[in-house]
Amino acid sequence: MSIGWYLAVSAIVFCTGAFGVMTRRNPLVVLLCLELMLNGANLSLIAFSRMWGNGDGQILALIVMTVAACEVCIGLGMIVAIHRRRLPIDVDELRELQG
Amino acid sequence: MSAILFFIAAIGVIAGAIGVVTFSNPFYSVLALVGHLLSLAVLFLLLRAEFVAAAQVVVYAGAVMVLYVFVVAYVGDEEQSLDGVLSRRPRSRGADGRKLTGALFAGVLLVELLIALLGSGLKAVSGDGAPYAPGPRTFGTPAYIGNLLLTRFLLVFEASSLLLLIAAVGGVVLARRRGGLEDDDERNRLTPLDILRPRGTGTMVEGVEGLALAHARGAGDLDDEHPDPDGGGW
Repeated sequence: MSIGWYLAVSAIVFCTGAFGVMTRRNPLVVLLCLELMLNGANLSLIAFSRMWGNGDGQILALIVMTVAACEVCIGLGMIVAIHRRRLPIDVDELRELQG
Repeated sequence: MSAILFFIAAIGVIAGAIGVVTFSNPFYSVLALVGHLLSLAVLFLLLRAEFVAAAQVVVYAGAVMVLYVFVVAYVGDEEQSLDGVLSRRPRSRGADGRKLTGALFAGVLLVELLIALLGSGLKAVSGDGAPYAPGPRTFGTPAYIGNLLLTRFLLVFEASSLLLLIAAVGGVVLARRRGGLEDDDERNRLTPLDILRPRGTGTMVEGVEGLALAHARGAGDLDDEHPDPDGGGW
């Protein structure tokens, strides 16, 4: 398969994730859609890495996975903290950043 | 052969992505994301990225998704009831407008990306990629990735390990129990009398949430039939 097909799939996945980030109100699902966007970017990175026969893109994809794991850790910790304080778990309701 | 595998995996990837966005229950969204990640690992294998595919399955579809499932199980109960309350409230206009705007922006972004892809002058985009010869230390194998990570990208490697440490500490700090020692409310959450009690099925949700609510409302008599109307579903 030519590299262009992989890039098209990655664009579709990225846009699906962006749509989810813009429309969903549950922060858990927003985090899942962020994962979708990162995965779309990862797929295109690895496709370009294959295109040039160069391993740097794969290293960058691994680093993106690491950063995504960190983001999930912090995001889920924040959701658990919100749940503990009995606040509504809804990104439209949580507008203020005061402690 | 590789074309058939590509189309099967690509359909899995896109279907999983659409499932994540459209399922209303977060638990199903997580399951759809697991399917998406497994199909994506197949695409990585087709692109000769063996180590990244293995890391994707082990780290993402394994560890990170388990974390998600735990948090959905911990938070999800209130989420469902909250959704039920909110759906009765008239909010259809705002939701429709948001969906429409989101679809518009995502569609514009997709069109722009596809224009960039189709109009690119790169000849290599329509090719199969660089020549590849299978071997023990060739492109994409663990030996190759490890060699790159520990020589050329050593600083990046160390910085990402430091980032993981900071994120782990931050997660513990964010999700910790506030206020130090446990108070009376928390001490009364689960007693042996509650376990012997016939009402309910003894699920974790009832143990953590339902009893705490019952205690908070002052329903000290545990033989009461339904002290918590919200817990009737359990």
